[in-house]
Amino acid sequence: MAVRVQEADFDVGAELDRLTTGNRRIGGLAVFVGLVRAMHVREDYHKDRVDALTLEHYPGMTEKALTAIVDEAKSRWNIIDCTVIHRYGELKPADPIVLVVVASAHRGDAFAACEFLMDYLKTRAPFWKKEETAEGARWVEAKSSDDLAAERWKR
Amino acid sequence: MKVRYFAWMKRTVGVPEEDVEPPAAVRTVGDLVTWLRARSPGHAEALAEGAAFGAAVDKRTATFDVVLADAREVAFFPPFTGG
Repeated sequence: MAVRVQEADFDVGAELDRLTTGNRRIGGLAVFVGLVRAMHVREDYHKDRVDALTLEHYPGMTEKALTAIVDEAKSRWNIIDCTVIHRYGELKPADPIVLVVVASAHRGDAFAACEFLMDYLKTRAPFWKKEETAEGARWVEAKSSDDLAAERWKR
Repeated sequence: MKVRYFAWMKRTVGVPEEDVEPPAAVRTVGDLVTWLRARSPGHAEALAEGAAFGAAVDKRTATFDVVLADAREVAFFPPFTGG
């Protein structure tokens, strides 16, 4: 299991290779790659172009939080291995921002755990996005839909 | 103890972090919030009643009823927006 918080870009192919090399029990990988959107999705902001994004995080807590989320996923599904990489610092539209890969014997566990990891990561890992637009910088507000997405995994 | 602020709270408070020595009566995270509000108008605004912010004690998410005990670092931050 690997959790990394880094400024640098990541190579998805290399990360998949690293997970699968030498592990013949793996039957499949579920992969999610999050990208920086160039447009705001909220209707009233649809004309605002996002020129750049700065991600702040809380060094030390971020790694702890991500590791706790991975541990939670491992307790719920049969996961052989997984990788979570989240970037911080300055990013441009279309830049990869987050990678979640889950390796398991069967697709059901991989798909479910991958979605769970993303939902929990959004609501439990200390990252904050600041958007640079033509009208200046603004901190992105948390979305209630993200809370609802995380809520459905409660048990 | 060290108190840290993140994202917009840093700007509203005016500093990213500060060392404070709250009195013994400040037992919980909630007590600390109330005590910090009196430090400046910026603190009062950032940590206002009803404002949406969370806390961590020694880098673990904490609710306002968590007892500070011998906490070394307390952080306050807006809701997370990563991913």
